[in-house]
Amino acid sequence: MNTENFIPINTLCQHYKLEINFFNNLNENGLIEIQLVDNIQYVHKDSIYEIEKMVRMHKELDVNIEGIDIVLNLLQKIDALQTELHNVRNRLLLYEN
Amino acid sequence: MAFIDYYKVLEIDKKATDAEIKKAFRKLARKYHPDVNPNDKEAEKKFKEINEANEVLGNPENRKKYDAYGENWKHIAEYEKANQGQTYYNQSQPHEDFTSYGRDADDYSDFFESLFGNRSRTHSKRHQYKGSDYSTELHLDLQEAYTTHKRTVTINGHNIRFTIPAGIENGQTIKIAGHGAEGIAGGPKGDLYITFSIKNHPDFKRDKNNLYTTVTIDLYKAVLGGEITVNTFDGKVKLNIAPGTQNGTKVKLKGKGFPVYKEEGHFGDLYITFQIHIPTKLSNKELELFTELSKLRTS
Repeated sequence: MNTENFIPINTLCQHYKLEINFFNNLNENGLIEIQLVDNIQYVHKDSIYEIEKMVRMHKELDVNIEGIDIVLNLLQKIDALQTELHNVRNRLLLYEN
Repeated sequence: MAFIDYYKVLEIDKKATDAEIKKAFRKLARKYHPDVNPNDKEAEKKFKEINEANEVLGNPENRKKYDAYGENWKHIAEYEKANQGQTYYNQSQPHEDFTSYGRDADDYSDFFESLFGNRSRTHSKRHQYKGSDYSTELHLDLQEAYTTHKRTVTINGHNIRFTIPAGIENGQTIKIAGHGAEGIAGGPKGDLYITFSIKNHPDFKRDKNNLYTTVTIDLYKAVLGGEITVNTFDGKVKLNIAPGTQNGTKVKLKGKGFPVYKEEGHFGDLYITFQIHIPTKLSNKELELFTELSKLRTS
């Protein structure tokens, strides 16, 4: 596999000063997807935005992995509700001049 | 420059212990952290305020100075003079420092600057941070939203030209990467977010990709049927009216609605509601004929 678009987990550990266990736990909880190439663990670079968000929640707000999962699920629900609200507001325009 | 009551910001008493300050700060940080309040400018503002309050009250030396001169910050120069030779800024860290959010000079209140200047931040690590994002609103009418076109917006004196894809929705926000504020310490530039406000059209209403309009037809065409020409966003279209068309009848013109966002060649439908115009101010002859028609119906 071409690893051009992937970042080694070790690099993330050094950058964020976190143990590899943190990333393995995220992986076990289905929050990130770790790929193994030649015995090296990688994550896709497109997932870095979400990973950084999780790292901040963990380091800055002391939220554990299970908590991060709950927060992300709730944020997803808020996002869906906001989209629905937006659609309803636009539909209301049908009845306004 | 207004005085900021940092105790009030952290919702604590003036006699709060270090542990109580830390606890209050952490509680509020979890509530207002930008990661748990996406796209919430108010929460972001509040988060900056509590960070600033923590930077003052969470650092014993800063707190001492704030307690001594907080409300009388204007006399700070005299205070400094009286304490010449003393260093009021030690290297101790406040409880937490959310520097990953790229705080820069703009993130501190004028009040904070007047009290602590830049020195209290000397402990901050020199990291690269992404610049702040900018946001703006752009007004379009429905006709403009119908076609893909280029627009130029001026942000901080810079003209930014971008393409608005056909089918953009009212309230939709698009991101133009790299057109926000300059990064900090060589970090990447922020992004520009443009939210669209689309005005109602006098003749057409839009619901996602479908358009709705009302067409008035005269009584005779409704009774006898015939051909009419209707306006669509795509030009004029000829339409057959069936004999005996009732008031409020709806017809659908497939593919004559609004373009589907970022799906070139795909369109919603146009729904036409017929409104039948009943003639008024009838001539004697017309009255005579309508009466005759009426008798034919009732006989």
